[in-house]
Amino acid sequence: MNNVFVYCESEEGTIAEVSLELLTKGRSLADTLKCKLEAVVAGINLQDIEKQVLPFGVDVIHIAEDPRLDPYQTLPHAALLINLFREEQPQIALMGATSTGRDLGPRVSSALHSGLTADCTGLEIGDHEDKKANIFYKDLLYQIRPAFGGNIIATIINPDHRPQMATVREGVMKKEIRDAGYKGEVRYLEVNKYISPEDFVVKIIDRHIEKSKVNIKGAPIIVSGGYGVGSRENFNLLYELAEVIGAEVGASRAAVDAGYAGHERQIGQTGITVRPKLYIACGISGQIQHRAGMEESAQIISINTDPDAPINSIADYVIIGDIAEVIPKMIKYYKKNTK
Amino acid sequence: MKSFKIIVLAKQVPDTRNVGKDAMKADGTVNRSALPAIFNPEDLNALEIALRIKDQQPGTTITLLTMGPGRAADVIREGFFRGADDGILLTDRAFAGSDTLATSYALAQAIRRMGKFDLIIAGRQAIDGDTAQVGPQVAEKLKLPQVTYVEEIIEVSKTRLVAKRRLERGVETVSAPLPVVLTINGTAPDCRSRNAKLLMKYKHAKTVSEIQSANEDYLHLYNDRPYLNITEWSVNEIDHDPVQLGLNGSPTKVKKIENVVLQAKDSRITSAADEDIEELMKELIASHTIG
Repeated sequence: MNNVFVYCESEEGTIAEVSLELLTKGRSLADTLKCKLEAVVAGINLQDIEKQVLPFGVDVIHIAEDPRLDPYQTLPHAALLINLFREEQPQIALMGATSTGRDLGPRVSSALHSGLTADCTGLEIGDHEDKKANIFYKDLLYQIRPAFGGNIIATIINPDHRPQMATVREGVMKKEIRDAGYKGEVRYLEVNKYISPEDFVVKIIDRHIEKSKVNIKGAPIIVSGGYGVGSRENFNLLYELAEVIGAEVGASRAAVDAGYAGHERQIGQTGITVRPKLYIACGISGQIQHRAGMEESAQIISINTDPDAPINSIADYVIIGDIAEVIPKMIKYYKKNTK
Repeated sequence: MKSFKIIVLAKQVPDTRNVGKDAMKADGTVNRSALPAIFNPEDLNALEIALRIKDQQPGTTITLLTMGPGRAADVIREGFFRGADDGILLTDRAFAGSDTLATSYALAQAIRRMGKFDLIIAGRQAIDGDTAQVGPQVAEKLKLPQVTYVEEIIEVSKTRLVAKRRLERGVETVSAPLPVVLTINGTAPDCRSRNAKLLMKYKHAKTVSEIQSANEDYLHLYNDRPYLNITEWSVNEIDHDPVQLGLNGSPTKVKKIENVVLQAKDSRITSAADEDIEELMKELIASHTIG
């Protein structure tokens, strides 16, 4: 009772990266709270799945294996979590801010009348004093996220309702194994106890999921473009530079919204969080939502025509100029000096 | 003839997408009042999806439902200009401070009052919060299935619809029974423009509160042309449990808000001149940052 729960997504018997990152965060929260970390996995091909999960310091793993639970569907997965949480009364429940977690989280939080904070960039344990009501709350989950288009950072709490729920994007938390031989309990859930036939009214007719082709998260160097790149054609310059220096291409939300790059390349609070050794920001103004996804880069170069672009203040190097002029020169002098 | 009763959920939001310099205060924080209030972009995609059903199935009616302050009646007028048939503004101080759950509760209670419907269509998320929670929570409150991230409705019959969903790494086609709640992804078609005839017809559409403060010369209009009256509901028009409304009904509380003020790093500023770029590239190669 009152433990930290992480809903783990799995595909073909492999736990999603974002879920492993959340288990790592969940372990550290559970350490602070001196409680257990529990994981929930639902789907198929789950034999031995605990071997992937327990090393992250998981004390209990709940496994719901049933062909009807794969692929993910809202109602059965929601019913499973709602009923399990009613039994187990977690104090904290975390899930990835993925297409799945963002579909599932609100449904579960509504049924349990618990609070849910989306796309957190930080999770911490802290106290809260409600001076008006004269109540002191110990050990709440601080859910930290940019809000209002990224112009403010809000710390959200759920003082009176449990579980305290949060979703987090992939890459925001760091993945770290606690102990390869960590001992945890494996519990197999009797699926029909949690789910009813009415939970299957929506039918999946067809499904095309591509393996992620873009590996932005693991790239040592990222050339990233913003709205200031100006066009799809100009964006090709970024690909050329990336090709030459061995980098991956990223984009800000504004660039993705403008159609310059695909969603899979979006970096920032509502995209991927990256920590490359070099981040080259091309025509990116640098709103907090974007910075939340890249400010831990070891080195940052900003190329911008605007000397006052907010991103310049966190850059190690600022090149004042037009990318159409600067990037070809970078390619030229990189080639010249590496031969 | 199949005709549908569709409810579109829409929100008026501050345009946070392009916070220009004029919206920044001297201390580096945002001057919210300088941001224009707009129809939430993905809610416009939702309206378009509804309008396309109406194009194919004459007799279909679209009612916009929005919750917000009095000025949010703009959203309903905008909907009228583009082809919505009716609109309800849910407005009351009792709703102030609502988080997504309290908002969903109020909307769901308003929808119960609105009577029978076939479809509820909402944008995936609003740009001021980006939470994507209200659609699924309204669905849960009404005990209806949800289909999120929809970008196209492939077919719709009186009992079921088939829709294409846009996921992170692909697409999924699902069939769901009606009534159902859909949330529409920004990859769905853009909303059609205002229609000139509808603009003329509805430009004076007003809520009761707006009519009360309007020019007296126009008052006869609202008796002569009932369609110009935008329905305005206060908390008293919906069946409700007071503890589920507004700040009290919101499990999440804001503990702290920090304005983002940039801490300047010691950055080296260079020009785009050849010698500057060459020097920088040499330095990055020498430090093994690249190459």
